Amino acid sequence: MSFTYYLSNIDGVSIYPIISLIIFFIFFVGLFYWVSKLDKKSIEEISNIPLDKNDNQLKN
Amino acid sequence: MDYVKVSYDNKIVKHFAIATVFWGIIGMTVGLWIALELVFPQLNMGVPQLTFGRDRPIHTNAVIFAFVGNGIFMGVYYSLQRLCKARMFNDTLSKIHFWGWQLIIVLAALSLSMGFTTSKEYAELEWPIDILITLIWVVFGINMMGTIMVRRERHIYVGIWFYIATLVTVAMLHIVNSLAIPVSLTKSYSMFGGVQDALVQWWYGHNAVAFFLTTPYLGLMYYFLPKAANRPVYSYKLSIVHFWTLIFLYIWAGPHHLLYTALPHWAQTLGTAFSIMLIAPSWGGMVNGLLTLRGAWDKVREDVVLKFMVVAVTAYGMSTFEGPMLSLKNVNAIGHFTDWIVAHVHVGALGWNGFLTFGILYWLIPRMWRTTIYSKSLANFHFWIGTLGILVYAVPMYWGGFTQALMWKDFNPDGQLTYTFLETSTQLKGMYALRSIGGALYLTGVFMMAYNLFKTASQGSFLANEEVEVPEMPKIYNKQKGENWHRPIERRPIQFMVLALIIVIIGGVVELVPTFLIKSNVPTISSVKPYTPLELQGRDIYVREGCYNCHSQMVRPFRSETERYGEYSKAGEFVYDHPFQWGSKRTGPDLAREGVGWLKKPDSWHYIHMLDPRSLSTGSIMPAYPWLHEDEIDTASTPAKIRVMQKLGVPYEEGYDQIANEDLMKQADAIALSLKTDNIETASNMEIIALIAYLQRLGVDINAETNQQKLEK
Repeated sequence: MSFTYYLSNIDGVSIYPIISLIIFFIFFVGLFYWVSKLDKKSIEEISNIPLDKNDNQLKN
Repeated sequence: MDYVKVSYDNKIVKHFAIATVFWGIIGMTVGLWIALELVFPQLNMGVPQLTFGRDRPIHTNAVIFAFVGNGIFMGVYYSLQRLCKARMFNDTLSKIHFWGWQLIIVLAALSLSMGFTTSKEYAELEWPIDILITLIWVVFGINMMGTIMVRRERHIYVGIWFYIATLVTVAMLHIVNSLAIPVSLTKSYSMFGGVQDALVQWWYGHNAVAFFLTTPYLGLMYYFLPKAANRPVYSYKLSIVHFWTLIFLYIWAGPHHLLYTALPHWAQTLGTAFSIMLIAPSWGGMVNGLLTLRGAWDKVREDVVLKFMVVAVTAYGMSTFEGPMLSLKNVNAIGHFTDWIVAHVHVGALGWNGFLTFGILYWLIPRMWRTTIYSKSLANFHFWIGTLGILVYAVPMYWGGFTQALMWKDFNPDGQLTYTFLETSTQLKGMYALRSIGGALYLTGVFMMAYNLFKTASQGSFLANEEVEVPEMPKIYNKQKGENWHRPIERRPIQFMVLALIIVIIGGVVELVPTFLIKSNVPTISSVKPYTPLELQGRDIYVREGCYNCHSQMVRPFRSETERYGEYSKAGEFVYDHPFQWGSKRTGPDLAREGVGWLKKPDSWHYIHMLDPRSLSTGSIMPAYPWLHEDEIDTASTPAKIRVMQKLGVPYEEGYDQIANEDLMKQADAIALSLKTDNIETASNMEIIALIAYLQRLGVDINAETNQQKLEK
């Protein structure tokens, strides 16, 4: 029961794996590229969001 | 910079925090109870509601959905408001969400103890509760997305991404796996059958771990760990890569729960491959968490919150390494069906989920009550007794798992199996006893925490609405230079949600669709026939009592299994099984061939065995089921059950529902007669008769097929 046996029954099946590979290759390469290009300053700002440095605690 | 006043809702966080501790104690106590039942099988005292098969689902559901569930909501409601700089979208929705979720938990505990179950692990709840879960989940979703929409922080922080992925994926998993046709208010049959049901169930089961126990807790880690350490996460870039790769890869890995079963091979291989790849994002996340503390390790010595978090993240790393290892077929051949798996999940549950929850609670409660922790030394003691508890729990279970696997597979020089199944199970009693001690230690720590947090709250004063001034978000966004495609997504929660959903749907579709559409994935076996009405009723009793919690019905293609049980299981055998009953653990032996070959026993054996297992199997840890010998079969339900089965494609003749009970009584009378020849007097309409009929049916069809093949040769 090999995977290829079932797949070979589908018309034009060979294009599907190529399409999905390309989609995900592009997505993840794009992701890594974008991540590597991120602006240092904005990243630092973003990663500090949980620390709420700009908020003023009001007297409760 | 313009400032605007915001009032954070702490009251809802408080509610969820109390519920987390309360249900944690309940869920873990039930866990300890069922652990003790494996040491002292008489503990059920003949009461169905106290029996292992019904209580184990209560334990798993309570710990996952009540303890961790409330823990998720506690953390999300606290962190989301602060990360969005906005109060929760709607206070009424928050309340509906809270009380609705508690209602679900109570209904779950009651219905499971009554034996209303679908038998699909971690999705045992019957259809009315499933619908209620869906509604409450939507309320949570609206409340969460609403808050994100009105946020005063342009960027959606990575923790929230994990919350969004949790929201959409859990919804998808829950709906697909719960698809069923109701027979009555308390009983339904899964829409899927046999192999397909198994695949859907473990696609769900695996991703319930992924998207209920992991992604929301990673979101919490990305908020509360930086908070507790008072420093930003080690690498925000890594967290972005972590997020997308994790949610993409996780969804594919479900079939690793079904290695060497009758599931098509290609699906098994796919599951293994993606499980191995999962190490990368999982460890990326762990490393990111641990390195957040770089240069701050001195704080870990002082701060009990950080101690809990460090052990939690380490436990996450260990179980996410062990998981992929267990997905390798050669390792899985040893680990599957044994207590190794029990050890594996408890490192995750006690270490990762438990300890992260405790860390968050110790951080949160003093802050919301504006005080300091009541007793630091008690909290430290909790940390140590909890850690010790995990070790005393896990080590005996690993030991037991290996012992089991080695004994199951051991052959003597004559080529025969060395041990009977009973010998392999009595061998483990000491390990089960030790495990109970580990669990008791861990639970003791939780009681200490409850006391400590209660005292902390009593000495402080609760701040129901926390007022802060936050910078107003400029209406117009000035695009930064060099911005690319991902940044806009981070600002648009709905598009983000859709993208996350697409990512998780893909894996599911690739696995599920071929198994459903391509007939040859489940080769039909002509000798496989639908269950008789009596067998069907017996099967429902088997499901009701949760027999699948300890008995598999899946003979794997190993010599050690075919020698012990008989012919290995084939996909075509299960086509009429709604739901499938393959099981995931062998505390007792496999039952797939119970009605044929050398495993077949007289009706009277089953009758006595269910009444008093130890009278026939000395040292057995199976509970007694005396109520089956006193309660009558619910024959009134037979026509409805047959009709639902027909709808599901089981080939009963047209109009068979009307005469099914006649066949049922005929078969029942025959069994009562056979019991009479062994001097057992019983009415033929007792539940035990139906259960005997079902057990005697197991394996019969495939046996007929093999005999036929032999004749042809």
